[in-house]
Amino acid sequence: MGEVEPTLPEDGSPPQPVSLLAIALLFARVGVTSFGGGLSAWIYREVVHRRRWLREEDFFSGLTLGQIMPGVNVVNLTLFVGQRLRGSAGVVVAMLAFLLPPMVLIVILAGIYDRVGDIPWVHQALGGMAAAAAGLTVSMGVKAGQGLRRRPRLAVILLATFLAVGVLRWPMIPVVLCLAPLSLLLVWRDSANV
Amino acid sequence: MSNGSWWLLIVVFAPLSLLSIGGGQSIIADIDQQVVHVQGWLTQTEFIDLFAISRAAPGPGSLLVTLIGWKVAGIPGALIASAALFLPSSVLAYVVTRLWNRHRGRRWHSALELGLPPVASALVLAGAFTVLRASPEGAAAWIIAALATAILLLLPKWNPLLVLMLGGLAGVLAARF
Repeated sequence: MGEVEPTLPEDGSPPQPVSLLAIALLFARVGVTSFGGGLSAWIYREVVHRRRWLREEDFFSGLTLGQIMPGVNVVNLTLFVGQRLRGSAGVVVAMLAFLLPPMVLIVILAGIYDRVGDIPWVHQALGGMAAAAAGLTVSMGVKAGQGLRRRPRLAVILLATFLAVGVLRWPMIPVVLCLAPLSLLLVWRDSANV
Repeated sequence: MSNGSWWLLIVVFAPLSLLSIGGGQSIIADIDQQVVHVQGWLTQTEFIDLFAISRAAPGPGSLLVTLIGWKVAGIPGALIASAALFLPSSVLAYVVTRLWNRHRGRRWHSALELGLPPVASALVLAGAFTVLRASPEGAAAWIIAALATAILLLLPKWNPLLVLMLGGLAGVLAARF
């Protein structure tokens, strides 16, 4: 909000070559600061809005691919962003930067947890951070929804998917298998009418 | 520890890597089954503790597997278990991602690029919703999440880490009232 729309090339390539170091620093930072979850939203915020390395559609297509395929969604997303920015080298750098620092950190935290795991305020603080991280995710959803203002039918798909999986707690895979093809059909028919 | 336990870590986690359709949460129950009941590496209480740590720590929640590997076979175990979980699915994702990016500009590609994001963002939102509903803080969690959303949307220059810290503080304060 209040930010200028990125001016990225139409083919979706990054506006300027992104250095491997910049990729490593970004993913390492997200890896060690993303307390409480909401990692996709962290990456979205940095890669799409702050640095403008990828277009919105590009990011969300990577997010979707990551969800459909086996594997941890945000790891698949990291792989996608690395591949998009710098090919195979980008994949290796982004994934190692994203996974190794928090791996070291989590082993250290497990050692500390043995001593502080019984303190009530530790749990309260962690719960509060997880709630705030959910807010980070919601803010990403709101921005994605704003992008659909001119496509109300796709906004309905978003809402229906959310209601089915998030509110009614229907199993994810059948819901996606019904609504994703419907969404694609809507888009396909629109593109045929141009 | 012995090479035998290294091998077992691979045998247990590599298949789960390719079964984790829908994300890391989808295999937590299988991991629990394998680690506690089949292999007997951890007690149920130990598993729940590690699970709690992996949820609270930064980074993907699936680093639970790193912790399990570490408990079973130290640092090599942590590395082997993580590689077993992340590598197989990532090789597949790499192949698909390359194919995806090679076909950029085709009509079907544009349709997928436009049609799938509403579903993807809805799933991420649903995940956040599930976390909030399961939160032991109850109403306080929803209020904190709503305030965090407002801050992040209205003050985009704020660092999310600061918002997370404020959320943590709010969690402690909420428990006092």
